[in-house]
Amino acid sequence: MLDHELINRTLSTAMRTGGEFAEVFVEDKRSSSAVLDDGRVEELTSGRDRGAGIRVVVGDTTGFAHTADLSEAGLSAAAEAAAAAARGGGGGAKVVAVSPIDVERSAPVRIPPEDVAKATKVGLLTLANEAARAQGSAISQVSARYGDSRRRILVANSDGVLAEDDQVRTLFSVSCVASGDTGLQTGRESTGRTVGFELFDEADVEEMGRRAAERAITKLSARPAPSGAVPVVVGPGGGGVLFHEACGHGLEADLVGKGASVFANRVGEQVASPLVTLIDDGTMAGEWGHFAIDDEGRPAGHNVLIQDGVLTDYMWDQLRARKEGRLSSGNGRRQSYQHLPMVRMTNTYITAGHDDPEAIIADTDSGVYVAQLGGGQVNTATGDFVFGMTEAYLIENGEITDPIREGNLIGNGPEVLTRIDRLGHDFAMGSPGTCGKDGQGVPVGDGTPTLRVTSLTVGGTAA
Amino acid sequence: MGEIPESRRLARELVRRAEAGEQVEVCAGSSVRTEIRVYDGDVESLTVAESRGVGVRVIRDGREGLAHAGSWDSDVIDTLLAEARDNMSFAEPDDRVGLAEPDGVGAADIDPWDDRIEATSVDDKVAIAVALEAATRGADPRVRGVRTSMYADSRGESAIVSSAGIDGWDRGASASIGTQPLIDDPDGSTRTGYAGDAAAAPQLLDIEEVARLAVERGVRLLGAGPPTTGRPLVVLEPRFTATILGIVAGMLSGELVVKGRTPFGDRVGEAIATEALTMFDDPTDPDSLSASAFDGEGLACRRVPLISEGVLQGFLHDARSARGLGVSSTGSALRSVRGTPSPGHRSLSVAPGEGDLDAFIASIDDGLLIASLQGLHSGVNAVSGDFSVGVEGVVIRNGELAEPIREGTLAGAIPRMLHDVARVGADLERQPGGTLVPSLVLDGLTLGGGSGA
Repeated sequence: MLDHELINRTLSTAMRTGGEFAEVFVEDKRSSSAVLDDGRVEELTSGRDRGAGIRVVVGDTTGFAHTADLSEAGLSAAAEAAAAAARGGGGGAKVVAVSPIDVERSAPVRIPPEDVAKATKVGLLTLANEAARAQGSAISQVSARYGDSRRRILVANSDGVLAEDDQVRTLFSVSCVASGDTGLQTGRESTGRTVGFELFDEADVEEMGRRAAERAITKLSARPAPSGAVPVVVGPGGGGVLFHEACGHGLEADLVGKGASVFANRVGEQVASPLVTLIDDGTMAGEWGHFAIDDEGRPAGHNVLIQDGVLTDYMWDQLRARKEGRLSSGNGRRQSYQHLPMVRMTNTYITAGHDDPEAIIADTDSGVYVAQLGGGQVNTATGDFVFGMTEAYLIENGEITDPIREGNLIGNGPEVLTRIDRLGHDFAMGSPGTCGKDGQGVPVGDGTPTLRVTSLTVGGTAA
Repeated sequence: MGEIPESRRLARELVRRAEAGEQVEVCAGSSVRTEIRVYDGDVESLTVAESRGVGVRVIRDGREGLAHAGSWDSDVIDTLLAEARDNMSFAEPDDRVGLAEPDGVGAADIDPWDDRIEATSVDDKVAIAVALEAATRGADPRVRGVRTSMYADSRGESAIVSSAGIDGWDRGASASIGTQPLIDDPDGSTRTGYAGDAAAAPQLLDIEEVARLAVERGVRLLGAGPPTTGRPLVVLEPRFTATILGIVAGMLSGELVVKGRTPFGDRVGEAIATEALTMFDDPTDPDSLSASAFDGEGLACRRVPLISEGVLQGFLHDARSARGLGVSSTGSALRSVRGTPSPGHRSLSVAPGEGDLDAFIASIDDGLLIASLQGLHSGVNAVSGDFSVGVEGVVIRNGELAEPIREGTLAGAIPRMLHDVARVGADLERQPGGTLVPSLVLDGLTLGGGSGA
């Protein structure tokens, strides 16, 4: 993406005032999307963003500047601005020479989305819309969205690292509104993978449309969710977001380092039920949070965070890892070249257990079965969280019975980890997500087997 | 402002390339941002950067296509129109699609610009963030750290030009601070607080008050336990009034009305709220940081009445939603260069009622003063208005603040809640985003919780 000599000169400029570490991050991202709403295909959009972010580290201070101008003059100005921001002490000139690192690249994209006719992409929207509407006259609104992106990045730093990646992601979602006696209810289905248009070899958009419509229709007859502390069974893939939010964030080394995590100073301790093994894995080819290198040039890692209930390690980016004299775990990510990298998750999941999923439900006298959690919010310093339930049912006498609606799960991440008493032998990844932290969004995946939490607070609207 | 800004020149140049039978609209903008994060008395990161963007919308025969780029480089700009046209050819025609037409409404004389943001040195800005962290630490001995103390500012300008005769240019600047203390709870856990401020210039930011508030908000939750289920009167400080009424205003988007996605669609002229509630959107209020001369389609921003003495007055419209209902745009288009416009509120205001927060608390026997609302984006069904959110708060008993609670849930339905607003305060308070709202008391909501085990 950039000439190596130009990179070397830019890094040397960045280091000229005594920086201890400098980095150039170059990004060229193209994206396209289309929306079908109210029966019409609309909002066909193409986007192009390219530029470079340059950071310089001196002591505990990071200076950062970015530019959309990739010429030598533009890069040099950004390098000087970053160096000035970091206020180096005027050390001598440093010559930087980068050399490419060997990274195991993921399988190449089979069908680059840019090679697919727009008419074909738009056709998927129409198929999903028709399938959803065919589920019955109760379906009053359908919207569907197609999106793809190709993000090429180059990272070079004063340690001599030079790495590149080419990340292609494809996404499809359907949302339905059903109207009935209980008002308007919504249902959603989405899929997204770090692959090209071959996503649709597996993803059946008509089936997605039907499922989204069914979800909305089911909720028309749903009872308001009860309130109170009950056993909660989470279906496969349905609750990974809870562990991402309520546990994963607390295992990010930047938050740990500031004492803003309930998991600080607890490595080696039993922090979860012995059934629980929690992993963050950027190497999972094709998954939404996958990449070959992170946004600091480190290869993606398979990182065990909790093993059999014992906290084994945190997730690390370059900055925190340098301080600790260790290597980054490949978790340094950023939304774009306009952002500083920080510790972020990739694909975060709880590994499968040994129980029969059916038996877990059958052994639960009364409680709530959550097939799909919605968005949520967590306070990483306390671990307190709130999540919406987008598809949930009552469990009565060991059986899944009535659907329930408008409920939240409220609890505390570390407490939930200790209250997991059953883990199914099934496993599934959940829906593609965008994780937000300090104003930056990055694509992440999550997964779980069927699991049971002995007690969790459900906040519903039932009187 | 004698010379033509680069954004406006670029936008005009692209619009001139419109072909016969085609409408073209170009939105171009640039901004300069400074962001300083301080940790433990030192600068943790300092970002100084300029960014640019341009978005193109092309319409022909009711079909619309878009393209955007984060660069004004000519090789990128030159492909934008072609890409938007190509996208347009795959869109389906919609009678509602079209550019905003100039409507003769003059733009308010608003120039939310303060030279002090540019004139203030980076060192002085760093000093603000450092002082904020120190003030946060010093506000209470139980503060054991500050997760982030931040100063940020941005100066931006943008042009919107179209082949329909729109040609607007606007600029804005603001500075903000925020701090999040970590406070030791005697029970061994940690509580957090947060407070922030925003202003037109760094010199107007109230560092001491932000630090004091952030710490007070954390300290008052020390020792919080699960709530008792019930139906207390719920007291909202102005900042939470802003949050809740922001959700209400979101449901008054004309686009949702056209698409049948709001419970208020057919209620204009009807009482949808208590008589005590009058609410409007006023982006022409020069004291609001969200004040703006032009909306996202280049029409003049104007004051839009939404609810008057409880009666629904109308909706927020952009050109497209207005066409769908056969009315005029209210100049409420919001947009970024990256997407299509959509109608929304910029600067909500509520007419003052009677009483204030302290008077409300003193008058309540069984109530809850809200200290945080969580899960709003997931817990509100915008289509039906049903909601269930996580809350922290302080119990009000016999007119006095009693014990704090956490891990509570608050549930209700927006349409019902608007009728159940028991009190509207006179204590209007300007929120950092520009919203001007008082304290409220809400009746009829269900407080749940009670963690097991």
